[in-house]
Order: sequence, then structure tokens, then C-alpha cells
Amino acid sequence: MKRSWKDLKLDGLVPWLVPIAVVVLWEAAARSGFIEQRVLPAPSQVAVAFWDTAKSGALLHHVAISFNRALIGLAVGGGLGFVLGVLNGTSRHAELLLDSALQMFRNVPHLAVIPMVILWFGIDETAKIFLVAVGTLFPIYLNTFHGIRTVDRGLIEMARVNGLGPIAIFWRVVLPGAMPSVLVGLRYALGIMWLTLIVAETIAASSGIGYMTMNAREFLQTDVVVLGIIIYALLGKAADVATKLIEHRVLAWHPAYHADSNVTT
Amino acid sequence: MSAILRKIEPSSAAPAGEVRSGQVPQSGETDELLGQPLVLDDLHRSFGARKVLQGLSLDIPARQFVAVVGRSGVGKSTLMRLIVGLDQPTAGRVLIDGAPVTGLQKAVRLLFQDARLLPWQSVLSNVGIARMPGWKETARAALRDVGLEDRQNDWPAVLSGGQRQRVALARVLVGHPAVLLLDEPFGALDALTRSDMHALLERLWLRHRFTTLLITHDVAEAVALADRVVVVRDGRVTYDVTVDLPRPRRRVDPSAVALQSKILEQV
Repeated sequence: MKRSWKDLKLDGLVPWLVPIAVVVLWEAAARSGFIEQRVLPAPSQVAVAFWDTAKSGALLHHVAISFNRALIGLAVGGGLGFVLGVLNGTSRHAELLLDSALQMFRNVPHLAVIPMVILWFGIDETAKIFLVAVGTLFPIYLNTFHGIRTVDRGLIEMARVNGLGPIAIFWRVVLPGAMPSVLVGLRYALGIMWLTLIVAETIAASSGIGYMTMNAREFLQTDVVVLGIIIYALLGKAADVATKLIEHRVLAWHPAYHADSNVTT
Repeated sequence: MSAILRKIEPSSAAPAGEVRSGQVPQSGETDELLGQPLVLDDLHRSFGARKVLQGLSLDIPARQFVAVVGRSGVGKSTLMRLIVGLDQPTAGRVLIDGAPVTGLQKAVRLLFQDARLLPWQSVLSNVGIARMPGWKETARAALRDVGLEDRQNDWPAVLSGGQRQRVALARVLVGHPAVLLLDEPFGALDALTRSDMHALLERLWLRHRFTTLLITHDVAEAVALADRVVVVRDGRVTYDVTVDLPRPRRRVDPSAVALQSKILEQV
């Protein structure tokens, strides 16, 4: 199992080969005139656009606004989804009362209500946050519910025999057992979060990355449009890395995440 | 009251006929004698039309080690669930220290067939799952008893099957059970690990003397460990024999082998 330092260095390099090749080919194609600048600007032009917008502060301003909307929407929708998942997962009465209504609501594509949302909230912040919240609620609800329902019955029985009450069983057996599933829900939710935000900002906004790219399209600034797309990709990747870090921390006990088998109690 | 009695009662004052001279533990290695008498009084349990237990009666004096042998599906595990209070009998009673069982029993601990450790808690936290005051010290002492003190900070996932079952045994010890139920606890282990576990269990039982009920389909295991072997067939006790062999027992003892074949005929 022991690998040399040289192997590790090479392993770290390999995933970058394809992206680097793509960028090099793209630049060459754009410079040679094979791809028209109006269709797709060269990477170097995108880099210049990045530099210009960063220098003027516009980039940071729009990214910060988008990031803020995404996080608030996720906190509201994800939080509500988690609470509902826990409630319906632990109580048959709550499930009977709420689950079928939630399933109906879930099957409405949340982007289809954009016209209504604009009527209700205008192009205000609330509209974007509402859409992100609706989009992230269901993946987290479904996975939390499923995670709680599939916790090993044998472990719950063992905890009861050892004298644990219902509250202790929830915190120490049911919730940790549901965590892997909850985190799968979170990863889905993050994907939907960006998607929803992009659509919402493109249709109705006066700030944010989506607004920045739509505005650039009006003036045929394709370099800024491509920059916006890249920023979305980077934010998506950052969110994914963040969830992976959370998984490694929360699921350290899981054999799939064993970096180090020792824990402190 | 009974708890005080148990502590001041010297081991020699145990009911006659229950402890034979060969088994009386040396006074130095006896911590506290935990066992309480367990009475199963005409137990019936049916699931729909299927009658699992049909008038099972068994009178177990305090601190006795009884093995229950039977084919699979005769209701051995159902019996365990009734004693610990996870399930209620259709008719009949379970009495622990003279009191009928209603609801989950604090005095009863159950060692499951699979170790049932919480994978997201360290070995030490698993042993101290009940989180009584000072649980870390108690749990550490119990891990020392089963020889796993050095693994206290590991995740259960990195342990072998035998080690996991030893952790489960330590968890049982922490509960100071008056009655210990073992539901085919060593069935999934390899032969060498199983005989290690037998030796460990015997040592712990001699020290704490919980009233012990071992469910097994392995007659050799029953004869190696128990004071008394009962055979369950058709939901009731059909054969009851005392194992009068000195401890520690050797597997190759010819009288043990003779007893094994006698029991096997009855299963």
C-alpha cells in the first residue's frame, strides 16, 4: 500500500491533463480564427475580462450577492426539509398528515412557478431566496426521511435493552444512522441550489452573476458571459468540496472514510 | 433490599445444590455476586396461528448457568425477548427475583447474535452506552476485563468479529446484570475464536455469577459452559440435565462427550 512520493505527485497531476489540453486547444482555435470571437472568446480574453471586472470590484460584488442568496435559500429550504424529514421519519402520525401533500408539492417543477413568484415578490431578493429554498427543500426532506426510516432496527433494540430513552435513542442512534443519507441529500440540494439561482438571476434580477452575464450578452461581451459560466462552475465545485469535507468529518466512523482509525471520545 | 442482600451474602451461603464444590470461585476473584433467580412460569407465545411457546416452564436458581438447546425455529429467541421485556407472553409469567416482568428489565442484559455496536461511536463510548455517572472509568474497566483496553479509541468497523463480540460482552458487564441472556452469541465466530470466547465467558461468569441463560444449537458449547442443559422442543422443555463436570472444562473430556450424545438424542 505504501506509495512513493513520485507516484503521488504524478497522481496529483493526471486529473489536470485533460482540462489543460482543452484550454490550450481552445486558445489555439480562437487565435487562429477557427472559432469566431463573437461565438466563443479565447481563454486569454476571459482572463482579461476576469482581471477587469475584479479590478473594478464588480465581480466580487455580484459573486457575493449570488453566494448570499444561495446560502440563505439553502439554509431556509434545507433546514425546513431536514425538520420535516425528521418529523415524518420518526412519527407515523406526522407522515400520514404531511407526506402526501409534500409529495404533490414536490412533483411541481419549482422553476415553473417563476411567473407567480415574480408576481408575488417582484424581482426582489425574496423571490430568488424563495425559489432556492423550494428547490433545496425536497432533496433534503426525502433523504432525511429515508435515512431515518432505514436505521438498523437491531441497533435501536439494543439501545432500548441498554436502558436508553427515546430522546437518547434519537440523538445517539437514529440521527447518526441517518447522517450518510442526509449528506447525500445535501449534495443533491447544492446542485439544485446553483441551477435554481442561475435561472432566477437570468430571468429577473438587478444584481448577481446571472444578471452580470445577461447584461454582458446585451452588449455582446461574450468574454464576460463565459467568465460568468466559469464562476458558476467554480462555485459549484467549491460547494462540492465543502460537502466532502463535512462528510469526512461527520462520517469519520464509516469504513469508506477511514483516513485514520483513531478517534477521541 | 435484595441488592444489599446480594452484596453481604457470602458465596458459601448460596442455596444448596446450586454450587458444587468444584465451582466455588476463590474468594479473591469474586467481585460481587450479581445473579438473581429466574422463573419461567407456563409461558405461551403465539404469532397469529403459529404457536411458538406452548407452556414453557423453567425454574433457574440464582447464579446458575443454563444452556437452552433446540433446533432453529423452536422459539429460543422469542423466549429471550420475553425475558428481557421486548415482547409480552400471550399467557404465563416471567419472574425475576420473585417479581413479574413488565416492560424492559434493567436487571437483564442481552448479548445478541451480532455484536450490535454503534458504528459511529468509539469502542469506549459503545461500552458506556448507558452513560451512567463515571461511565468512562467503568467502561474502561469492563474493556480491561475482556482484554481490549488498548482498543478503546478505535471505531468498531476496524475490529474483528471476535473483538466486536468482546466489546458487546464488555457493554453487558457495565450493566451489572442479575440475569444475562446470550442469544447464540458465538455462532458467527470461527472455532478458535469461539473457544477463546468460551474461556472468557466462563471466567467472567465465575467472577460475577450472573444467572445466565445461553441459547445455542451447539451441544458441545452447552456442555462446555453450562451447569445445566435444557432441551426445548415444540415450545416446551422436554429434557433437563445437570452437567456435573469440574471447571475449567476440556472439550475432549470423555464424560462430556457421552453427555453430548445423550443430549443430542433429545434435540
